[in-house]
Amino acid sequence: MRLGVLCSGGKDSLYACWKAMQKEEVVCLITVRSINPWSYMFHTPNIHLAGLQAIASGLPLVEVESRGEKEEELADLTRALRIARDEHEIEGVVTGAVLSVYQAGRIQVICNELDLWCFNPLWHTNQDTYMDALVPSGFQVIISGVFSEPFDERWLGREIDVAAIRELKQARERWKITLTGEGGEYETSVLDAPFFNKKIVINKAEKHYGNFHGVFSIIDAALVDK
Amino acid sequence: MILIADLCYRESSLSHDEFVMPIAEIVRKSGIPARVIHYSRISQKDAAVASGIILCGTALRDNVFAKRPDTFSWISDCPSPVLGICAGMQVLALVFGGSLVKSREIGMKTVTVIKKDPLIGPETEFEAYELHNFSVIPPDSFSVLAGSDECVQLIKHNQRPVWGVMFHPEVRNEWVVENFVRQIC
Repeated sequence: MRLGVLCSGGKDSLYACWKAMQKEEVVCLITVRSINPWSYMFHTPNIHLAGLQAIASGLPLVEVESRGEKEEELADLTRALRIARDEHEIEGVVTGAVLSVYQAGRIQVICNELDLWCFNPLWHTNQDTYMDALVPSGFQVIISGVFSEPFDERWLGREIDVAAIRELKQARERWKITLTGEGGEYETSVLDAPFFNKKIVINKAEKHYGNFHGVFSIIDAALVDK
Repeated sequence: MILIADLCYRESSLSHDEFVMPIAEIVRKSGIPARVIHYSRISQKDAAVASGIILCGTALRDNVFAKRPDTFSWISDCPSPVLGICAGMQVLALVFGGSLVKSREIGMKTVTVIKKDPLIGPETEFEAYELHNFSVIPPDSFSVLAGSDECVQLIKHNQRPVWGVMFHPEVRNEWVVENFVRQIC
């Protein structure tokens, strides 16, 4: 089955992509670039990395821009999926939804209207198993945004390695965050994945942080040999 | 041991992790061993040795299971408790002489309990995640225990321990699966 992967540039969508590649044929990545940092549907920090991720994956990128208004962005998503269906003949869509009924339900509705299958391979997954598998599977992931306690400035740009996952698990116990950040506690960007031919290096970035809210803005990045 | 039947379009499909593994996780967290088998490979013997059987749901566009109702003939003689979820409830309807009817629900909907039952305990109304393009006209041998504005949500065989739910209990209503494996099986 020819599939397009809804790609935010974060760990969930690219891990879902990797899982999809093991079962079906992934033929493109699809990105909705929201200009609203508080978008209901779409991950926003560093979404421009999706272009580099697509090149690194050897896949075309379908990209549409959205103003990120609550219901209008659903029309933008529909437009993106329609382009992917018409130009790349996708038969289904893969998402990185883990727990969000809001996101998953709306994408299911749109896929159904467009006669597309919808796959959510991380849906209600065991979050410990998933997070513990990231590093050994070959994913290099950094924290690109924090939006809740207990995340201080040092988390911005931090790589999610074994030590970071251990701290996230401790934070889950004390602060009741979701381990995967599905509750919007933090966002991520993927610099390397097992299916990337090259990996992303960050040449320039800025931190903007205050009161448990912050973004690691990647100003300049490039692909290098692995 | 609970037998978990994967009803997805093929064995080891991309839907497996979405519709089968969350159910297996709930069963295992309940402290009961689970064995997952694709429906195309389930034998009468597999069913007979299980303390309970759960027929899992499928992707919204996946109706492959409904094209081969004969594959599920083992259910009609199965002595073990059976819980069919969404696609699994559709299978139960087909096996016992009911039929499928077009009915679309996607997202959280209100389920109203019509008749109390051990599977749902004291609940009278709850929000549940729906993901279906078809519902069922229940067989004569089944009673309707709950419904939504759109369709039948919970059915039970009148003589045997066989239930069908149209909603997906693995999303926000794990207690339904826990009740099944702990209280009924």
